[in-house]
Amino acid sequence: MPKDSGIGASSKRREDVRFLTGKGKYTDDMNVEGQAHCYILRSDVAHGTLDSVDTSAAADMPGVRGILTGEDFVEVGGLPCGWQVTDRFGEPMQEPKHPVIAHGKVRHVGDPIAVVVADTLAEARDAAEAIDVSITELSAVVDMAAALADGATKVHDDLTNNLCYDWGFVEENKDAVDEAIKGAHHVTTLELVNNRLVANPMEPRVAIGDYDASTNDHTLYTTSQNPHVIRLLMGAFVLGIPEHKLRVVAPDVGGGFGSKIYHYAEEAIVTVASKQFGCPVKWTSSRSEAFMSDAQGRDHVTKIELAMDENGKFLALRTDTMANMGAYLSTFSTCVPTWLHGTLMAGNYTTPLIYCNVKAVFTNTVPVDAYRGAGRPEATFQLERVIDMAAREMGIDPIELRMRNFVQPDQFPYQTPVAVVYDTGNYQGTMAKLLEVVDRDGFAARKAASAANGKLRGFGVASYIEACGIAPSSLVGALGARAGLYESATVRVNATGSISVMTGSHSHGQGHETTFAQVVSDMLGIEENAVEIVHGDTAKIPFGMGTYGSRSLAVGGSAMVKATEKIIKKATKIAAHLMEAAEVDVEFKDGQFSVAGTDKSVAWGEVCLAAYVPHNYPLEEIEPGLEESAFYDPANFTYPAGAYACEVEVDPDTGKVEICSFAAADDFGNVINPMIVEGQVHGGLAQGLGQALLENTVYDENGQLLTGSFMDYAMPRADDLPSFEVDHSSLTPCTHNPLGVKGCGEAGAIGSPPALVNAVIDALADKGVVHIDMPLSPSRVWAAMNQAG
Amino acid sequence: MYDFELVKPSSVADAAAALGDEDAQALSGGQTLIPTMKQRLAMPSKLVSLAGIEEMQGVAVSAVGGIRIGAATTHATVAKEVAGSYPALAALADGIGDPAVRNRGTIGGSLANNDPSACYPCGTLASGATINTNKRAIAADDFFVGLFETALEEGEIITSVDFPTPSAANYQKFDQPASRFALVGVMVAKFDDGVRVAVTGASESGVFRWSEAEAALNGNFSADAVAGLSVSADGLISDMHGSADYRAHLVGVLTMRAVAAC
Amino acid sequence: MAQVSMTVNGKAVSGEVEGRTLLVQFLRDQLRLTGTHVGCDTGQCGACVVHVDGEAVKACNMFAGEADGAEVTTIEGMANADGSLGTIQQAFQDHHGLQCGFCTPGMVMSAAALLKDNPNPSEAEIREYLEGNICRCTGYHNIVKAIQAASDAQ
Ligand SMILES: Cc1cc2nc3c(=O)[nH]c(=O)nc-3n(C[C@H](O)[C@H](O)[C@H](O)COP(=O)(O)OP(=O)(O)OC[C@H]3O[C@@H](n4cnc5c(N)ncnc54)[C@H](O)[C@@H]3O)c2cc1C
Ligand code: FES
Ligand code: FES
Repeated sequence: MPKDSGIGASSKRREDVRFLTGKGKYTDDMNVEGQAHCYILRSDVAHGTLDSVDTSAAADMPGVRGILTGEDFVEVGGLPCGWQVTDRFGEPMQEPKHPVIAHGKVRHVGDPIAVVVADTLAEARDAAEAIDVSITELSAVVDMAAALADGATKVHDDLTNNLCYDWGFVEENKDAVDEAIKGAHHVTTLELVNNRLVANPMEPRVAIGDYDASTNDHTLYTTSQNPHVIRLLMGAFVLGIPEHKLRVVAPDVGGGFGSKIYHYAEEAIVTVASKQFGCPVKWTSSRSEAFMSDAQGRDHVTKIELAMDENGKFLALRTDTMANMGAYLSTFSTCVPTWLHGTLMAGNYTTPLIYCNVKAVFTNTVPVDAYRGAGRPEATFQLERVIDMAAREMGIDPIELRMRNFVQPDQFPYQTPVAVVYDTGNYQGTMAKLLEVVDRDGFAARKAASAANGKLRGFGVASYIEACGIAPSSLVGALGARAGLYESATVRVNATGSISVMTGSHSHGQGHETTFAQVVSDMLGIEENAVEIVHGDTAKIPFGMGTYGSRSLAVGGSAMVKATEKIIKKATKIAAHLMEAAEVDVEFKDGQFSVAGTDKSVAWGEVCLAAYVPHNYPLEEIEPGLEESAFYDPANFTYPAGAYACEVEVDPDTGKVEICSFAAADDFGNVINPMIVEGQVHGGLAQGLGQALLENTVYDENGQLLTGSFMDYAMPRADDLPSFEVDHSSLTPCTHNPLGVKGCGEAGAIGSPPALVNAVIDALADKGVVHIDMPLSPSRVWAAMNQAG
Repeated sequence: MYDFELVKPSSVADAAAALGDEDAQALSGGQTLIPTMKQRLAMPSKLVSLAGIEEMQGVAVSAVGGIRIGAATTHATVAKEVAGSYPALAALADGIGDPAVRNRGTIGGSLANNDPSACYPCGTLASGATINTNKRAIAADDFFVGLFETALEEGEIITSVDFPTPSAANYQKFDQPASRFALVGVMVAKFDDGVRVAVTGASESGVFRWSEAEAALNGNFSADAVAGLSVSADGLISDMHGSADYRAHLVGVLTMRAVAAC
Repeated sequence: MAQVSMTVNGKAVSGEVEGRTLLVQFLRDQLRLTGTHVGCDTGQCGACVVHVDGEAVKACNMFAGEADGAEVTTIEGMANADGSLGTIQQAFQDHHGLQCGFCTPGMVMSAAALLKDNPNPSEAEIREYLEGNICRCTGYHNIVKAIQAASDAQ
């Protein structure tokens, strides 16, 4: 029987009511009394020296309150990078300054040059056109291989070259891997591109700075996935504002997918402008601006080699990757191609020897950072593609080849050769579940039916594993993270028994307000509606590291569980006092405290009231009040895994791919709200299939962004996608967090690209096509068929 | 966007007078003009809305036979109203953009704009339609001059379009994956006096007639008749969505499909 | 500046607008009806869809002056008279047809326009009708389910 509330119930989302009635409070819906607007003049060339920025004419234009340029930020820090990567030779990465506003040079199309603050946005924009900017254009570095060539133009003059780092993992395995590959029965080699993406949450970024001169307090309203992190980065590293004088609010946020994790220049700009010009200052990104100022995703070029014995047993894996950083290091850019990528190269398999090399490269393009999945889609894509290719080359069924190499259920905890330890999993289980859902036996008949219609049908699968719930602080600290990655929660029980939970996680679509309340209500045996989740405001929540990397429930939820456990403990003491019983004899169940073996009991509400109206209360033993905080630092990552299948039909005349069906069998550990989990999978699948089929970010050789709007950047639409079959019943609970949950936010985006590409290649196999780089647009598929044929 | 004055005349004559001002521009559905103005690529000082001009609205059986469509008629209205009289044109209108765009965008705006990937120029040219303005009647063959260029003079207003109705016709649109405009679109229309084939999306100089295919189809109206034909890739658009070769190939495929569907 | 008057969600409203003021700006900035969103500047995303004289339009692609005298309905006008969720809104909640909620107002307005024209759409018809509404969160699966459910309920 499905439950109708608490853990495991598909509770309807309480946040929906405000969203469905137009009452959501997104940042752009807010207007602060007396606010001015700012327009950011951005570079229209990819690379050049910024010779002069003359703002004198603009300053006299109607409505203008003031103008900021790079000069105004010379004294403050650059936008910080949160992760220091150490290269193969033990040296730190090259880390250039990322000025808030360009100074001396512009390095990508969209680099801010000047900021005009005016009464209206139109006036600000009019004035920006009167700014006289003189730029001497330099040749742009766009292609990664060219950027690494000797004598290449440097993106940053003060660095040695365009190489951020040359990272090897596991460096000690390198020779052994080379040896194993040399001696192997068969080696499958594949070169591929993981295409550059733009996250494009539907809500563009917005920031409002509001400075109160009478108290010296700054408030920043911003579209962020992690307001505390912004407060820390901007306060401590960029502007030197102490935390107690800086409040960061991220109200309703319209999607993030990674792109709203980072600290962006515009946040510092409105904060500074508000103080300097004496008025609240609002910046609202247009979509066109988002394309050139939101951090972009992926952009890897990889060669992968898989060595096997005669039975297809994986012996060794070697990868060689160039990862585009863009022009500057965005907040988490450096860890994505390294620690979030190399550590996942074992996949679901027992490959004993793995070596991956990653060269991170500066180019004159928009900075690249984590996008839904972050590093793990890159790892999964290359691995699952090379396995499919190997299966074909070896004449082994692709599912069979995977089965032969899966980590076995009795091998957990499983130490991979790439540092991480998988706590639990059952990869055969999810694959078997997948095969229950898809009718593989019927494929031959469906293929024949398609052929009769002149269409080519293909079937593809992929397995995936990801590391979520980032992350044990001591581990990531050793790997170069400049922050801890725990989470905090405060559970405040009000006098009448209702509850406010302050969480450092942030919901921007994930439904925390509902799911988190389900957990607490279940633990306390009270109604879900009696629990309120508060998030997104540094003034209300003690601390938080935010939401990304599918970490909210696994880390933030665990902190909340720990705090709630403390509440139960204290409440039990109070109850024991009220019932004049020994604490050990008191049981707590369904919102009732009772003394074992007696008919004595007190209700939750009475205990709460006693805590706040302590007339009959053990004041000498415990304090009044009922509020507890907890910080939870995970012991390990969590490892969601699963198996996906895709069936496609290709029109050989046009190259158009139609997705006929898509099925996902995931192991997310325990599931709190199945409805929400399935929704997360659907959304992830759409983004992964979008990457595989439609989306691409293209720069020309001069660094001009050719896909700067939805006119050229193909977003997945309703009619590009099928309905999905999703299942999460084959599960192995996480062993090291209290809820046994693993995280479900990114899985869909990780497992779906290789499943789709494998299906298309299967459809085209008879035509001699062995690989096509994403996106598999009609023109690319058609070209591949014609080149191969 | 720069500011401007919006005027809403109720007759073509008043609109023409208003458009006499320097920097005045016609506004029809705004589905192209407004995004262009947001980018500050167009900066009229006065916009003359054509939406309220009764005589430019709706579909009627034309004096010369066939149908007359008012230039300010929306794509949605055309899709509905010519479904019986000219189903291929109705389907073309129904495939433009999305429902909300079709509720505003108009045939006159589409023709005046002459986007090289637009649908109506293709349908108009294949139909051998006549574009009526406040000054004259222009044959479709003379109307489309080049990329975003037409035979219209400064301030000239398209008032209606006369479509002869073919005995059979079909429009095949292959979507550009992002914008959903035509990556290539082909309209085939069969009249008593011959077959007309028009192609959009493909050429660097905008919509064109594929005379080779027309000749072949005049001899034998079947998909087989065009199976061996191909347009040259020279002068075709090559961009990230498709090479000139690919577009040339699609022209052939879509023409065959259009004929087969006639 | 020009004076415009229209009926929005059944209420007569008027205001002073510039020629360039878009309908969506008038709704959001002057009437403070912030449920109608802006997600792009090329008319593609549909976050801004409202009904003007009963038809779905993109409020970012229409000047406020063009809506002078019109009947406009926004997401704020879609609830039942007693404030409870309307049929389509309720179906979106029941079927988890929204996540971040940003595309949602436009989706609901488009869905309402679809069901008015076609009370029993097939899945393919729903997907095709939503061509001009981009959602980045849901993968559309549950939006389609919600609209089917609303169709059944109506
Ligand atoms: C999201 C989206 C998708 C689209 N998809 C497609 C598609 O698939 N296929 C397609 O063909 N089009 C597509 N379009 C374009 C759409 O069809 C436009 O409606 C059309 O191109 C312009 O018509 P309009 O009435 O909106 O003209 P407006 O934007 O008002 O005007 C366009 C130009 O024509 C001039 N003009 C307008 N009317 C007249 C007239 N009567 N006489 C003289 N000049 C005039 C204007 O001054 C302006 O220069 C799309 C648009 C959008 C926003
Ligand atoms: S805001 Fe994107 S279509 Fe209107
Ligand atoms: S729910 Fe977030 S964009 Fe649709």
